[in-house]
Amino acid sequence: MNQAPPYRQHHPRWYRERISTYWWLGKWPYLKFVLRELSSVAVALTVVMTLIQVWALRAGREFYAAFEQAVRAPLVVALAAVSFAFVLLHAITWFNLAPTAMVLRVGGKRVPDFVITGANYAAWFVATAMVAWFILRG
Amino acid sequence: MAKRPKEPFFWTLFSMGGVVAAFFIPVHLFLFGLAFPLGWLASPSYDSLAALLQNPLVRLYLFVLCSLPLFHWAHRFKYTLYDGLQIKHLNEVINVFCYGGAIVGTLVAGYLLW
Repeated sequence: MNQAPPYRQHHPRWYRERISTYWWLGKWPYLKFVLRELSSVAVALTVVMTLIQVWALRAGREFYAAFEQAVRAPLVVALAAVSFAFVLLHAITWFNLAPTAMVLRVGGKRVPDFVITGANYAAWFVATAMVAWFILRG
Repeated sequence: MAKRPKEPFFWTLFSMGGVVAAFFIPVHLFLFGLAFPLGWLASPSYDSLAALLQNPLVRLYLFVLCSLPLFHWAHRFKYTLYDGLQIKHLNEVINVFCYGGAIVGTLVAGYLLW
């Protein structure tokens, strides 16, 4: 430490503590935050699967049969299972945050958080049932 | 006049994508990724799904289902790389990868559905 720090005119060096690249592994809330953010990768994978499916449907019967065959591969099923857990994590954390993002007032009174969260879960149930009905009725 | 910041626009896409992803992505992944491949439920026939795809509203739904969640992914993945791995110096590359990916995905969805 006998070397003088380099002098920069008019530009003081900021002191910034170095943070480990693995800072998010230390505490459960940090890890939970990073896992929640990474759930977006599972969302993107589902979109990719859906795009391939739409492509196969439009390409013809034999292509769709190949798609159905491909999603039965154990590796793809395993990926789907892990992704499904992440996608649920996204949905649950998203609905639980809804009262923070959406403050509703009725007659000057704030609508309690559980009402907004509950309404979101109810809407999720209805949306899921509707999509499933359209797909399964065929 | 100061340049209008782009962040609010992308944040809106992130937020709308998050809503769409929360409501509709789980059921799609559950049915087509798990329930049908594992035989928990009988797979719908090719004809019934192809017929569904003829409906313009179904195509619009699928377009929204694919596009907005990709922008949601772009936003979250970008900041995970920024904060999680602290690779801010790769700023440009990450932006191009994330938002470029979302734009390409949107174009592919548009092309496939129309």
